[in-house]
Amino acid sequence: MPQVDTTTNAGQLLAAASGGRRRLGDRVFSRTAVVAAVTILALLAGVAVFLASEGLPALTASASELPEGKTFLDYVAPLAFGTVLAAAIAAIVAVPLAVAAALFITHIAPPRIASTLGYLVDLLAAIPSIIYGLWGIFVLGPAAVPVLKWLEEKLGWIPIFEGPASVTGRTMLVAGLVLAVMILPIVSAIAREAFVQTPRKLEEGAQALGATRWETIRMTVLPFGKSSVISGAMLGLGRALGETMAVTIILSVSGAVSFNLISQANPSTIAANIALNFPESSGLAINALIATGLVLFAITLVTNMGARAIIARQNHE
Amino acid sequence: MESAAQSPVLARRSSLLEGGTDWRRRAVNRLMTVLIAGAFALAMIPLISLVYEVTKRGIPGLSLEFFTSDARGVVGEGGGAAHAIVGTLVITLVASVISVPIGIMAAIYLNEYGKGRLRQALTFFVDVMTGIPSIVAGLFAYALFELFLGPGIRLGVMGSVALSVLMTPIVIRSAEEVLKIVPNHLREAAYALGTPKWKTIVKVVLPTAFAGLITGVMIAIARIVGETAPLLVTTGVVDSMNSDPFNGRMQNLAVYAYNEYRSPGVFKQAAYDKAWAAALTLIAIVMLLNVAARLVYRHYRTEIR
Repeated sequence: MPQVDTTTNAGQLLAAASGGRRRLGDRVFSRTAVVAAVTILALLAGVAVFLASEGLPALTASASELPEGKTFLDYVAPLAFGTVLAAAIAAIVAVPLAVAAALFITHIAPPRIASTLGYLVDLLAAIPSIIYGLWGIFVLGPAAVPVLKWLEEKLGWIPIFEGPASVTGRTMLVAGLVLAVMILPIVSAIAREAFVQTPRKLEEGAQALGATRWETIRMTVLPFGKSSVISGAMLGLGRALGETMAVTIILSVSGAVSFNLISQANPSTIAANIALNFPESSGLAINALIATGLVLFAITLVTNMGARAIIARQNHE
Repeated sequence: MESAAQSPVLARRSSLLEGGTDWRRRAVNRLMTVLIAGAFALAMIPLISLVYEVTKRGIPGLSLEFFTSDARGVVGEGGGAAHAIVGTLVITLVASVISVPIGIMAAIYLNEYGKGRLRQALTFFVDVMTGIPSIVAGLFAYALFELFLGPGIRLGVMGSVALSVLMTPIVIRSAEEVLKIVPNHLREAAYALGTPKWKTIVKVVLPTAFAGLITGVMIAIARIVGETAPLLVTTGVVDSMNSDPFNGRMQNLAVYAYNEYRSPGVFKQAAYDKAWAAALTLIAIVMLLNVAARLVYRHYRTEIR
């Protein structure tokens, strides 16, 4: 931004004019700003350091001292599996819907109501996760039971719908669907931002060649927004990986490692496992839970950094 | 960039003109339009259902008692969430007191002072920080306090620290956005009058951006006020009133709702009613904050132009 440079130069010129030395107030204030900036970075590093230091005892402890009598790796592996499975379902369901919602808002809905529609989608992100959890177990779960039954009967030959279908709806599929609703707004917001920036001349060019609205979208808007959609999907995935309460409430867990999405026996997720067990744990069990938290932190950090790197590179271009 | 994005259009020009008859292309267009609109409608169903169900199921549990008494010694019906409401206010307030000054100063750094590596790193990691899972923030606060105060510790302020990890990046992002749109001629005018840079920021930039900053803080508060997971591991569960963040466990609305659902005791329906009433209260607070923030921001945008 060239304008900012002018003002910075003006400030420097001014400092030079007033004796070449920056005034005390200026020094104090700019130092404070730098300290705040460094604090933020230190905070992020602190999260990693404290989790590592409190998690370490669990990593070095023998299997007999840890919960369930397993080594830490055996303890965290099924949880990590459940975490990735739930997040993957959420992303597979949410990304197409979010992209479609973004297209609807930016290119199909009347421009007058577009910002209101966008606000409605954003409201989904404002609802606390505990409420999604209650809604999932009391409303969506029971409503899904007949669907799960149908899936078992008609599509039971596919391993993921093998069943036996749950009679409460507390299944991986329902948990994944609720997560999908929760991450939809963030994916959609990023897609929307990219879609409105599609250069007008590209869209008009396509229309001038006789393209229909869908052809215009397919040939200009979607290719233009592709990398944004990918990074948005990764951000959504990161959210879903770390989402706690909805999964904690909805999923009935047995510790099974299975791709079966509609049964009562499901793997837990890292976050849900912490929420379920932390309040009643003590000693090494706490350290083990914190160590699983460190694993979750690492997984989400890598996902988020990947997504942000894509966005940053795009803005750079 | 432009030429690269242009080429697909040109490359497909011929296929566009030759591929498929007119009615077929129009039919595909209509089908896709319906599908896209349908997807949007589908995405709205959960929102409508959620608001409807929370309202319907929350109202029976609402009463004067719900807002005025705590839950000490209560079994079954009766008892309220006053301790949870007070706890929510205290925890959120302390979290804001931590996050807002640091967040706004960091935003000032980014927009007014920052350059080079530190600025780049901060921009990148603030974005990364918005993706920290809330439960991880809770574990961090627990690990931090455990180191000094011993295992099993639960305090209101621990919850505030956890929430401020989640809140600070949101404050920075939104504050940076509003500082960016403060017109540069205002800064230049102040410099021309010989005003030092820090005074320009304090007396010109911040007052101009004030409404926008308030909006950002409100959005950030709305984002954290309903957090459950980080508080579950830091502030604990308790039935009686506690308004001292530095002493003992502290209840809040989200954990209250979770706990009423999870351990309903013998009188299940009474506990579920209270859980839904807490959920309704929470959703009302969040929606109010969001709407108010939107109104303040609209006012701000028109004023700055």
